[in-house]
Amino acid sequence: MTVHIQEGLFDLYTIAQKLKKLHNSGASVTFEGYVRDFDLEQDKLDVLELEHYPGMTEKALLDIELLASQRWNLDDVYIVHRYGKLKVGEPIVGIIVFSKHRKEAFEACHFIIDFLKTDAPFWKKEITNQKSYWVEAKKLDDEEKKKWN
Amino acid sequence: MMRVKLFYFAKVREALGVDREEIDLVSSIETVADLVDFLKSRGSVWHTTFSEVSSIRMAVNQEIVEDGHAIRANDEVAFFPPITGG
Repeated sequence: MTVHIQEGLFDLYTIAQKLKKLHNSGASVTFEGYVRDFDLEQDKLDVLELEHYPGMTEKALLDIELLASQRWNLDDVYIVHRYGKLKVGEPIVGIIVFSKHRKEAFEACHFIIDFLKTDAPFWKKEITNQKSYWVEAKKLDDEEKKKWN
Repeated sequence: MMRVKLFYFAKVREALGVDREEIDLVSSIETVADLVDFLKSRGSVWHTTFSEVSSIRMAVNQEIVEDGHAIRANDEVAFFPPITGG
């Protein structure tokens, strides 16, 4: 299980290829989230700034990986999440799950992104050429997480 | 008196104009709720920020807690808005 918090870009495909060599897995599922080019009011977005809580972020993500590993039979879990100033189209978050069978990998990957949305201490600030503001948390994200109870 | 570290993040940090501090708490402050009441007494911005209960989350030693959580010496207490990562 691995967690990476970084400012720089990542290449999820290359990481997945490297990790694949370490495991005798039958399946992997990857999720990658990107910066959209419009904000909630449909203004054109220039930059997305991500703040986080160093220390707690790593701990929270490792806890989520642990929860997923207790629930499904997984060979490996990898999470990478960026912070700082991100440009439109760039990746924000990447998740890779390896398992013997596809069902576990699909479900665990879905579970991890749903928990990450509500439990990992990151905050998004949207910056357009007009203004900047903090993104409000979505109620839907809480509901998606509760579905796993 | 017990010394604690306080951290503020995102919208909360910007509203208060401070990102971290170390303070000595009087012995009557036993829980996170007591600490919030003390912080509210610091002035109007503090009062407003900490009165919006639905928009404040709290963590003690990097674990999310409810406001009844007990505070101990050398704890790291953080205040921040609901999470919006991913």
